[in-house]
Amino acid sequence: MDFSQDYGIHDNAVSTGTTIMAVEFDGGVVIGADSRTSTGLFVANRVTDKLTRITDKIYCCRSGSAADTQAIADIVAYSLNYHENQTGQDPLVAEAASEFRNYCYNYRDSLLAGIIVAGWDKRNGGQVYSIPLGGMLKRESVTIGGSGSSYIYGYVREAYRPQMNKEDCVAFVVKAVKHAIYHDGSSGGVVRIGIITEDGIERRVFFNTESGNPVEIGN
Amino acid sequence: MNMELVRNVPKGGFNFDNCKRNEMLLSSGFQHPKTVKTGTTIAGIIFKDGVILGADTRATEGPIVSDKNCSKIHYLAKNMYCCGAGTAADTEMTTDLIASQLEMHRLNTGRQVPVVAANTLLKQFLFRYQGHISAALVLGGVDKTGSYIYCIHPHGSTDKLPYATMGSGSLAAMSVFESRWKPDMTEEEGKLLVRDAIAAGVFNDLGSGSNIDLCVIRKDSVDYLRNYELANLKGKRHGDYRFKPGTTELVGKEEIIEVVPFEAFHKKLYGDETAEAMEVGA
Repeated sequence: MDFSQDYGIHDNAVSTGTTIMAVEFDGGVVIGADSRTSTGLFVANRVTDKLTRITDKIYCCRSGSAADTQAIADIVAYSLNYHENQTGQDPLVAEAASEFRNYCYNYRDSLLAGIIVAGWDKRNGGQVYSIPLGGMLKRESVTIGGSGSSYIYGYVREAYRPQMNKEDCVAFVVKAVKHAIYHDGSSGGVVRIGIITEDGIERRVFFNTESGNPVEIGN
Repeated sequence: MNMELVRNVPKGGFNFDNCKRNEMLLSSGFQHPKTVKTGTTIAGIIFKDGVILGADTRATEGPIVSDKNCSKIHYLAKNMYCCGAGTAADTEMTTDLIASQLEMHRLNTGRQVPVVAANTLLKQFLFRYQGHISAALVLGGVDKTGSYIYCIHPHGSTDKLPYATMGSGSLAAMSVFESRWKPDMTEEEGKLLVRDAIAAGVFNDLGSGSNIDLCVIRKDSVDYLRNYELANLKGKRHGDYRFKPGTTELVGKEEIIEVVPFEAFHKKLYGDETAEAMEVGA
Protein backbone atom coordinates (compact mmCIF):
# COMPACT_ATOMS: atom_id res chain seq x y z
CA MET A 1 0.00 0.00 0.00
CA ASP A 2 1.28 3.40 -0.87
CA PHE A 3 -0.26 5.90 1.50
CA SER A 4 1.72 8.82 0.14
CA GLN A 5 -0.41 8.76 -2.99
CA ASP A 6 -3.56 9.26 -0.95
CA TYR A 7 -2.21 12.21 0.94
CA GLY A 8 -0.78 13.69 -2.24
CA ILE A 9 2.24 15.07 -0.45
CA HIS A 10 4.64 14.35 -3.29
CA ASP A 11 3.15 15.17 -6.65
CA ASN A 12 1.18 18.28 -5.85
CA ALA A 13 2.86 21.63 -6.03
CA VAL A 14 2.66 23.72 -2.90
CA SER A 15 -0.18 26.15 -3.37
CA THR A 16 -1.80 28.85 -1.36
CA GLY A 17 -5.46 27.84 -1.57
CA THR A 18 -6.24 31.22 -0.24
CA THR A 19 -8.40 34.11 0.72
CA ILE A 20 -6.84 37.53 0.13
CA MET A 21 -8.38 41.00 0.16
CA ALA A 22 -7.50 44.69 -0.07
CA VAL A 23 -9.50 47.89 0.49
CA GLU A 24 -8.61 51.53 -0.19
CA PHE A 25 -9.44 54.18 2.41
CA ASP A 26 -8.66 57.85 2.74
CA GLY A 27 -4.96 57.92 3.61
CA GLY A 28 -4.02 54.33 2.89
CA VAL A 29 -5.03 50.72 2.29
CA VAL A 30 -6.00 47.74 4.42
CA ILE A 31 -4.83 44.34 3.21
CA GLY A 32 -5.80 40.97 4.65
CA ALA A 33 -5.21 37.26 4.16
CA ASP A 34 -5.70 33.89 5.78
CA SER A 35 -2.59 31.88 6.77
CA ARG A 36 -2.99 28.42 5.24
CA THR A 37 -0.55 26.83 2.75
CA SER A 38 -1.49 23.38 1.50
CA THR A 39 -0.02 20.55 -0.58
CA GLY A 40 -2.97 18.48 -1.69
CA LEU A 41 -4.78 17.51 1.48
CA PHE A 42 -1.88 18.38 3.81
CA VAL A 43 -1.49 21.75 5.49
CA ALA A 44 2.18 22.55 4.86
CA ASN A 45 2.12 25.78 6.88
CA ARG A 46 -0.67 27.03 9.13
CA VAL A 47 0.94 30.38 9.99
CA THR A 48 1.95 31.58 6.51
CA ASP A 49 2.38 35.29 5.84
CA LYS A 50 0.85 35.91 2.43
CA LEU A 51 1.19 39.67 2.80
CA THR A 52 4.62 40.08 1.26
CA ARG A 53 6.77 43.19 1.42
CA ILE A 54 7.87 44.72 -1.89
CA THR A 55 8.97 48.09 -0.51
CA ASP A 56 8.24 49.68 2.88
CA LYS A 57 4.96 51.10 1.58
CA ILE A 58 4.04 48.60 -1.14
CA TYR A 59 2.91 45.09 -0.28
CA CYS A 60 1.39 42.27 -2.31
CA CYS A 61 -1.16 39.59 -1.37
CA ARG A 62 -0.22 36.24 -2.92
CA SER A 63 -2.55 33.49 -4.17
CA GLY A 64 -1.96 30.48 -6.42
CA SER A 65 1.33 28.56 -6.54
CA ALA A 66 3.54 29.47 -3.58
CA ALA A 67 6.70 28.94 -5.63
CA ASP A 68 5.54 31.12 -8.53
CA THR A 69 4.26 34.01 -6.42
CA GLN A 70 7.32 34.03 -4.14
CA ALA A 71 9.62 34.03 -7.18
CA ILE A 72 7.79 36.98 -8.81
CA ALA A 73 7.59 38.92 -5.55
CA ASP A 74 11.32 38.45 -4.96
CA ILE A 75 12.18 39.66 -8.47
CA VAL A 76 9.89 42.72 -8.28
CA ALA A 77 11.15 43.57 -4.77
CA TYR A 78 14.73 43.40 -6.04
CA SER A 79 13.96 45.54 -9.06
CA LEU A 80 12.09 48.24 -7.07
CA ASN A 81 14.86 48.31 -4.48
CA TYR A 82 17.31 48.96 -7.31
CA HIS A 83 14.96 51.67 -8.66
CA GLU A 84 14.87 53.21 -5.17
CA ASN A 85 18.66 53.25 -4.90
CA GLN A 86 19.17 54.72 -8.38
CA THR A 87 16.52 57.47 -8.18
CA GLY A 88 16.52 58.15 -4.44
CA GLN A 89 12.72 58.14 -4.55
CA ASP A 90 10.03 55.72 -3.39
CA PRO A 91 8.54 53.82 -6.32
CA LEU A 92 4.85 54.35 -7.16
CA VAL A 93 2.33 51.62 -6.40
CA ALA A 94 1.31 51.74 -10.08
CA GLU A 95 4.91 51.02 -11.10
CA ALA A 96 5.06 48.01 -8.82
CA ALA A 97 1.71 46.75 -10.09
CA SER A 98 2.79 47.25 -13.68
CA GLU A 99 5.95 45.24 -13.12
CA PHE A 100 3.94 42.43 -11.51
CA ARG A 101 1.56 42.53 -14.48
CA ASN A 102 4.40 42.24 -16.97
CA TYR A 103 5.66 39.02 -15.38
CA CYS A 104 2.15 37.60 -14.85
CA TYR A 105 1.12 38.37 -18.44
CA ASN A 106 4.30 37.39 -20.27
CA TYR A 107 4.62 34.10 -18.41
CA ARG A 108 0.85 33.49 -18.11
CA ASP A 109 1.13 30.00 -19.63
CA SER A 110 3.66 28.75 -17.09
CA LEU A 111 2.53 30.63 -13.97
CA LEU A 112 -0.27 30.11 -11.49
CA ALA A 113 -0.39 33.45 -9.71
CA GLY A 114 -3.25 35.70 -8.63
CA ILE A 115 -1.80 38.79 -7.00
CA ILE A 116 -3.18 41.91 -5.35
CA VAL A 117 -0.73 44.83 -5.18
CA ALA A 118 -1.53 47.47 -2.57
CA GLY A 119 0.30 50.38 -1.02
CA TRP A 120 0.67 54.08 -0.55
CA ASP A 121 2.62 56.64 -2.55
CA LYS A 122 2.96 60.42 -2.43
CA ARG A 123 1.31 61.04 -5.81
CA ASN A 124 -1.87 58.95 -5.58
CA GLY A 125 -2.26 57.98 -1.90
CA GLY A 126 -3.60 54.53 -1.03
CA GLN A 127 -4.16 52.29 -4.07
CA VAL A 128 -5.22 48.73 -4.73
CA TYR A 129 -4.43 46.89 -7.98
CA SER A 130 -5.73 43.45 -8.88
CA ILE A 131 -3.81 41.06 -11.19
CA PRO A 132 -5.89 37.91 -11.76
CA LEU A 133 -4.74 34.70 -13.48
CA GLY A 134 -4.47 35.86 -17.12
CA GLY A 135 -2.28 38.84 -16.26
CA MET A 136 -4.83 41.67 -16.47
CA LEU A 137 -4.16 44.79 -14.39
CA LYS A 138 -6.95 46.87 -12.95
CA ARG A 139 -7.19 49.43 -10.14
CA GLU A 140 -10.10 48.79 -7.79
CA SER A 141 -11.20 50.44 -4.55
CA VAL A 142 -11.91 47.03 -3.05
CA THR A 143 -10.86 43.59 -4.34
CA ILE A 144 -10.77 39.98 -3.22
CA GLY A 145 -8.84 36.97 -4.50
CA GLY A 146 -7.98 33.30 -4.00
CA SER A 147 -10.19 30.23 -3.76
CA GLY A 148 -11.98 31.53 -0.67
CA SER A 149 -13.05 34.75 -2.38
CA SER A 150 -15.89 32.99 -4.24
CA TYR A 151 -17.75 32.65 -0.97
CA ILE A 152 -17.67 36.33 -0.05
CA TYR A 153 -18.45 38.20 -3.30
CA GLY A 154 -21.99 38.73 -2.04
CA TYR A 155 -20.91 39.89 1.38
CA VAL A 156 -18.25 42.25 0.04
CA ARG A 157 -20.66 43.79 -2.49
CA GLU A 158 -23.29 44.27 0.19
CA ALA A 159 -21.11 45.52 3.05
CA TYR A 160 -18.58 47.72 1.23
CA ARG A 161 -19.21 51.46 1.54
CA PRO A 162 -16.96 54.07 -0.06
CA GLN A 163 -15.13 56.47 2.29
CA MET A 164 -14.94 54.08 5.25
CA ASN A 165 -12.45 55.06 7.93
CA LYS A 166 -9.41 52.94 8.82
CA GLU A 167 -10.89 50.92 11.66
CA ASP A 168 -14.11 50.27 9.73
CA CYS A 169 -11.99 48.93 6.84
CA VAL A 170 -10.06 46.65 9.21
CA ALA A 171 -13.28 45.30 10.71
CA PHE A 172 -14.70 44.80 7.21
CA VAL A 173 -11.65 42.90 5.93
CA VAL A 174 -11.38 40.72 9.05
CA LYS A 175 -15.06 39.82 8.87
CA ALA A 176 -14.90 39.02 5.14
CA VAL A 177 -11.79 36.84 5.44
CA LYS A 178 -13.32 35.15 8.49
CA HIS A 179 -16.40 34.21 6.46
CA ALA A 180 -14.23 32.90 3.62
CA ILE A 181 -12.16 30.79 6.03
CA TYR A 182 -15.34 29.31 7.45
CA HIS A 183 -16.68 28.20 4.06
CA ASP A 184 -13.45 27.42 2.15
CA GLY A 185 -11.54 24.27 3.07
CA SER A 186 -8.32 25.56 1.51
CA SER A 187 -8.32 28.72 3.61
CA GLY A 188 -7.68 28.67 7.33
CA GLY A 189 -5.56 29.57 10.32
CA VAL A 190 -5.42 33.17 11.46
CA VAL A 191 -6.41 36.40 9.72
CA ARG A 192 -3.40 38.57 8.99
CA ILE A 193 -3.99 42.27 8.43
CA GLY A 194 -1.75 45.03 7.16
CA ILE A 195 -2.58 48.75 7.25
CA ILE A 196 -0.37 50.76 4.90
CA THR A 197 -0.31 54.53 5.24
CA GLU A 198 2.17 57.37 4.75
CA ASP A 199 3.95 56.16 7.90
CA GLY A 200 4.53 52.61 6.64
CA ILE A 201 2.78 49.41 7.66
CA GLU A 202 0.98 48.40 10.83
CA ARG A 203 0.47 44.65 11.21
CA ARG A 204 -2.27 42.88 13.16
CA VAL A 205 -3.15 39.22 13.72
CA PHE A 206 -6.62 37.90 14.57
CA PHE A 207 -6.92 34.44 16.16
CA ASN A 208 -9.97 32.18 16.71
CA THR A 209 -11.32 32.81 13.29
CA GLU A 210 -13.31 29.63 12.94
CA SER A 211 -15.29 30.06 16.16
CA GLY A 212 -15.98 32.85 18.62
CA ASN A 213 -14.89 36.44 18.37
CA PRO A 214 -11.55 37.46 16.88
CA VAL A 215 -8.83 38.27 19.37
CA GLU A 216 -6.55 41.10 18.35
CA ILE A 217 -2.89 41.36 19.23
CA GLY A 218 -0.68 44.26 18.37
CA ASN A 219 2.44 43.70 16.32
CA MET B 1 31.62 -4.57 -40.64
CA ASN B 2 32.42 -0.87 -40.26
CA MET B 3 28.96 0.05 -41.39
CA GLU B 4 27.56 -2.12 -38.62
CA LEU B 5 29.64 -0.23 -36.01
CA VAL B 6 28.52 3.18 -37.25
CA ARG B 7 24.92 2.12 -37.21
CA ASN B 8 25.20 1.01 -33.56
CA VAL B 9 26.48 4.32 -32.18
CA PRO B 10 23.73 5.46 -29.76
CA LYS B 11 22.04 8.83 -30.33
CA GLY B 12 22.83 11.56 -27.81
CA GLY B 13 20.32 13.34 -25.56
CA PHE B 14 17.29 12.22 -23.61
CA ASN B 15 15.36 9.09 -24.37
CA PHE B 16 11.59 9.51 -24.36
CA ASP B 17 10.68 5.90 -25.16
CA ASN B 18 9.10 5.43 -21.74
CA CYS B 19 6.93 8.53 -22.22
CA LYS B 20 5.62 7.08 -25.49
CA ARG B 21 5.08 3.74 -23.80
CA ASN B 22 3.14 5.34 -20.95
CA GLU B 23 0.95 7.30 -23.37
CA MET B 24 0.22 4.09 -25.23
CA LEU B 25 -0.61 2.25 -22.01
CA LEU B 26 -2.91 5.06 -20.92
CA SER B 27 -4.67 5.32 -24.27
CA SER B 28 -5.35 1.60 -24.30
CA GLY B 29 -6.97 1.74 -20.88
CA PHE B 30 -4.06 0.67 -18.65
CA GLN B 31 -2.50 2.44 -15.66
CA HIS B 32 0.83 4.26 -15.61
CA PRO B 33 3.68 2.32 -14.00
CA LYS B 34 4.26 3.93 -10.58
CA THR B 35 7.08 6.45 -10.23
CA VAL B 36 9.84 5.44 -7.83
CA LYS B 37 9.97 7.73 -4.78
CA THR B 38 12.07 7.70 -1.65
CA GLY B 39 10.47 7.85 1.78
CA THR B 40 12.05 9.90 4.53
CA THR B 41 11.44 11.67 7.82
CA ILE B 42 13.39 14.88 8.35
CA ALA B 43 12.76 17.65 10.87
CA GLY B 44 14.21 20.76 12.45
CA ILE B 45 13.43 23.06 15.36
CA ILE B 46 14.64 26.31 16.85
CA PHE B 47 15.65 26.08 20.53
CA LYS B 48 17.09 28.57 23.03
CA ASP B 49 20.68 28.62 21.74
CA GLY B 50 20.30 27.58 18.10
CA VAL B 51 18.71 24.92 15.91
CA ILE B 52 18.46 21.12 15.97
CA LEU B 53 18.06 19.08 12.78
CA GLY B 54 17.05 15.43 12.68
CA ALA B 55 16.71 12.67 10.06
CA ASP B 56 16.10 8.96 9.72
CA THR B 57 18.65 6.81 7.85
CA ARG B 58 16.61 4.63 5.47
CA ALA B 59 17.12 4.83 1.70
CA THR B 60 14.67 2.99 -0.53
CA GLU B 61 14.29 1.94 -4.16
CA GLY B 62 10.61 1.24 -4.51
CA PRO B 63 9.79 -1.49 -1.98
CA ILE B 64 13.47 -2.36 -1.38
CA VAL B 65 15.54 -0.83 1.45
CA SER B 66 18.76 -0.05 -0.44
CA ASP B 67 20.72 1.49 2.47
CA LYS B 68 19.95 0.92 6.13
CA ASN B 69 22.26 3.61 7.43
CA CYS B 70 22.53 6.49 4.96
CA SER B 71 23.20 10.08 5.95
CA LYS B 72 20.52 12.69 5.15
CA ILE B 73 21.86 15.71 7.03
CA HIS B 74 24.08 17.50 4.54
CA TYR B 75 26.79 20.11 5.12
CA LEU B 76 26.18 23.58 3.65
CA ALA B 77 28.54 25.79 5.65
CA LYS B 78 30.15 25.83 9.09
CA ASN B 79 27.01 27.39 10.56
CA MET B 80 24.45 25.69 8.32
CA TYR B 81 23.27 22.16 7.64
CA CYS B 82 20.43 20.90 5.48
CA CYS B 83 18.24 17.78 5.71
CA GLY B 84 17.17 16.30 2.38
CA ALA B 85 14.12 14.28 1.37
CA GLY B 86 13.10 13.12 -2.10
CA THR B 87 15.45 11.65 -4.71
CA ALA B 88 18.75 10.96 -2.93
CA ALA B 89 20.87 12.00 -5.92
CA ASP B 90 19.03 15.32 -6.26
CA THR B 91 19.33 16.29 -2.57
CA GLU B 92 23.01 15.36 -2.54
CA MET B 93 23.89 17.29 -5.72
CA THR B 94 21.75 20.30 -4.81
CA THR B 95 23.26 20.70 -1.34
CA ASP B 96 26.82 20.11 -2.62
CA LEU B 97 26.37 22.73 -5.34
CA ILE B 98 24.91 25.33 -2.98
CA ALA B 99 27.59 24.53 -0.36
CA SER B 100 30.30 25.44 -2.86
CA GLN B 101 28.48 28.66 -3.84
CA LEU B 102 28.14 29.60 -0.17
CA GLU B 103 31.86 29.01 0.43
CA MET B 104 32.70 31.23 -2.58
CA HIS B 105 30.35 33.88 -1.18
CA ARG B 106 32.05 33.67 2.23
CA LEU B 107 35.48 34.04 0.65
CA ASN B 108 34.35 37.00 -1.50
CA THR B 109 32.67 38.88 1.34
CA GLY B 110 34.98 37.81 4.15
CA ARG B 111 31.96 37.27 6.39
CA GLN B 112 29.97 34.38 7.78
CA VAL B 113 27.16 33.81 5.28
CA PRO B 114 23.63 34.40 6.63
CA VAL B 115 21.04 31.60 6.48
CA VAL B 116 18.71 33.68 4.24
CA ALA B 117 21.41 33.61 1.56
CA ALA B 118 21.38 29.80 1.51
CA ASN B 119 17.58 29.85 1.41
CA THR B 120 17.55 32.25 -1.55
CA LEU B 121 20.17 30.26 -3.49
CA LEU B 122 18.31 26.98 -2.91
CA LYS B 123 14.87 28.34 -3.81
CA GLN B 124 16.08 30.09 -6.97
CA PHE B 125 17.95 26.95 -8.04
CA LEU B 126 14.92 24.70 -7.48
CA PHE B 127 12.48 27.19 -9.07
CA ARG B 128 14.64 27.28 -12.21
CA TYR B 129 14.06 23.53 -12.64
CA GLN B 130 10.26 23.86 -12.10
CA GLY B 131 10.02 20.96 -9.64
CA HIS B 132 11.91 18.46 -11.83
CA ILE B 133 14.66 18.32 -9.18
CA SER B 134 13.00 16.31 -6.42
CA ALA B 135 14.61 17.89 -3.40
CA ALA B 136 12.50 18.70 -0.35
CA LEU B 137 14.75 20.34 2.20
CA VAL B 138 14.78 21.48 5.81
CA LEU B 139 17.48 24.11 6.08
CA GLY B 140 18.76 25.08 9.52
CA GLY B 141 21.45 27.41 10.70
CA VAL B 142 22.66 30.13 13.02
CA ASP B 143 24.13 33.47 11.96
CA LYS B 144 24.83 36.96 13.37
CA THR B 145 21.11 37.82 13.26
CA GLY B 146 19.69 34.68 14.94
CA SER B 147 18.61 31.05 14.47
CA TYR B 148 16.57 29.99 11.45
CA ILE B 149 14.70 26.97 10.09
CA TYR B 150 13.49 27.07 6.48
CA CYS B 151 11.29 24.55 4.71
CA ILE B 152 12.10 24.37 0.99
CA HIS B 153 9.76 22.54 -1.39
CA PRO B 154 10.83 21.03 -4.75
CA HIS B 155 9.09 23.77 -6.80
CA GLY B 156 11.03 26.49 -5.00
CA SER B 157 8.60 27.79 -2.40
CA THR B 158 9.94 28.33 1.09
CA ASP B 159 8.54 28.82 4.59
CA LYS B 160 10.35 30.33 7.57
CA LEU B 161 9.17 28.42 10.63
CA PRO B 162 10.11 27.75 14.26
CA TYR B 163 9.70 24.01 13.66
CA ALA B 164 9.40 22.07 10.40
CA THR B 165 9.12 18.52 9.06
CA MET B 166 9.35 17.05 5.57
CA GLY B 167 9.24 13.77 3.68
CA SER B 168 6.70 10.96 3.83
CA GLY B 169 7.07 10.80 7.62
CA SER B 170 6.37 14.52 8.00
CA LEU B 171 2.83 13.94 9.26
CA ALA B 172 3.96 11.66 12.08
CA ALA B 173 6.82 13.97 13.02
CA MET B 174 4.67 17.12 12.85
CA SER B 175 2.13 15.61 15.26
CA VAL B 176 4.93 15.35 17.84
CA PHE B 177 6.04 18.97 17.26
CA GLU B 178 2.48 20.32 17.30
CA SER B 179 1.80 18.79 20.70
CA ARG B 180 5.13 19.46 22.45
CA TRP B 181 7.14 22.28 20.84
CA LYS B 182 7.40 25.53 22.83
CA PRO B 183 9.59 28.61 22.46
CA ASP B 184 13.02 28.73 24.18
CA MET B 185 13.49 25.04 24.88
CA THR B 186 16.78 23.83 26.40
CA GLU B 187 19.19 21.77 24.31
CA GLU B 188 18.30 18.54 26.15
CA GLU B 189 14.54 19.17 25.74
CA GLY B 190 15.09 20.00 22.08
CA LYS B 191 17.15 16.91 21.33
CA LEU B 192 14.55 14.69 22.98
CA LEU B 193 11.74 16.35 21.00
CA VAL B 194 13.50 15.96 17.63
CA ARG B 195 14.46 12.38 18.52
CA ASP B 196 10.81 11.61 19.30
CA ALA B 197 9.62 13.31 16.10
CA ILE B 198 11.99 11.27 13.92
CA ALA B 199 11.16 8.11 15.91
CA ALA B 200 7.47 8.74 15.16
CA GLY B 201 8.38 8.73 11.46
CA VAL B 202 10.67 5.70 11.79
CA PHE B 203 8.01 3.59 13.49
CA ASN B 204 4.80 4.84 11.81
CA ASP B 205 5.89 5.56 8.23
CA LEU B 206 6.83 2.65 5.97
CA GLY B 207 9.17 4.83 3.91
CA SER B 208 11.27 5.79 6.94
CA GLY B 209 13.27 3.56 9.24
CA SER B 210 16.52 2.44 10.84
CA ASN B 211 18.50 4.94 12.94
CA ILE B 212 18.21 8.56 14.02
CA ASP B 213 20.76 11.27 13.13
CA LEU B 214 20.79 14.63 14.90
CA CYS B 215 22.70 17.84 14.29
CA VAL B 216 22.83 20.60 16.90
CA ILE B 217 23.95 24.02 15.62
CA ARG B 218 24.76 26.68 18.23
CA LYS B 219 26.10 30.24 17.88
CA ASP B 220 29.69 29.08 17.43
CA SER B 221 29.72 25.30 17.66
CA VAL B 222 28.18 22.32 15.93
CA ASP B 223 27.52 18.79 17.17
CA TYR B 224 26.92 16.41 14.29
CA LEU B 225 25.47 13.41 16.14
CA ARG B 226 25.61 10.68 13.51
CA ASN B 227 23.60 7.65 14.68
CA TYR B 228 22.44 9.52 17.83
CA GLU B 229 20.20 6.57 18.45
CA LEU B 230 20.18 3.09 16.97
CA ALA B 231 16.40 2.71 17.05
CA ASN B 232 16.40 -0.60 15.22
CA LEU B 233 19.10 -2.93 16.53
CA LYS B 234 18.94 -6.48 15.27
CA GLY B 235 17.28 -8.63 17.95
CA LYS B 236 19.38 -11.20 19.82
CA ARG B 237 18.57 -14.83 19.09
CA HIS B 238 17.83 -16.50 22.38
CA GLY B 239 17.74 -20.15 21.27
CA ASP B 240 19.87 -22.29 18.97
CA TYR B 241 17.65 -23.74 16.30
CA ARG B 242 20.25 -25.91 14.55
CA PHE B 243 19.87 -29.68 14.81
CA LYS B 244 22.58 -31.25 16.95
CA PRO B 245 24.89 -33.72 15.15
CA GLY B 246 23.55 -37.23 15.45
CA THR B 247 19.90 -36.16 15.58
CA THR B 248 19.14 -38.38 12.62
CA GLU B 249 20.07 -41.98 13.24
CA LEU B 250 22.11 -43.78 10.57
CA VAL B 251 20.49 -46.93 9.34
CA GLY B 252 23.64 -48.61 8.01
CA LYS B 253 27.23 -47.77 7.13
CA GLU B 254 29.02 -49.77 4.42
CA GLU B 255 26.36 -49.77 1.72
CA ILE B 256 25.44 -46.10 1.86
CA ILE B 257 28.67 -44.23 2.23
CA GLU B 258 31.10 -44.69 -0.62
CA VAL B 259 33.91 -42.23 -1.24
CA VAL B 260 34.38 -41.63 -4.96
CA PRO B 261 37.26 -39.36 -6.11
CA PHE B 262 36.09 -36.52 -8.37
CA GLU B 263 38.23 -37.58 -11.35
CA ALA B 264 36.82 -41.05 -11.29
CA PHE B 265 33.30 -39.69 -10.96
CA HIS B 266 33.83 -37.34 -13.90
CA LYS B 267 35.30 -40.10 -16.03
CA LYS B 268 32.34 -42.29 -15.21
CA LEU B 269 29.93 -39.61 -16.39
CA TYR B 270 31.62 -38.04 -19.45
CA GLY B 271 34.55 -40.29 -20.36
CA ASP B 272 38.06 -38.96 -21.16
CA GLU B 273 37.41 -37.09 -24.40
CA THR B 274 34.46 -34.99 -23.33
CA ALA B 275 36.31 -33.86 -20.22
CA GLU B 276 39.20 -32.50 -22.29
CA ALA B 277 36.91 -30.95 -24.86
CA MET B 278 35.14 -29.06 -22.09
CA GLU B 279 38.42 -27.74 -20.69
CA VAL B 280 39.43 -26.41 -24.08
CA GLY B 281 36.04 -24.83 -24.46
CA ALA B 282 36.31 -23.11 -21.13
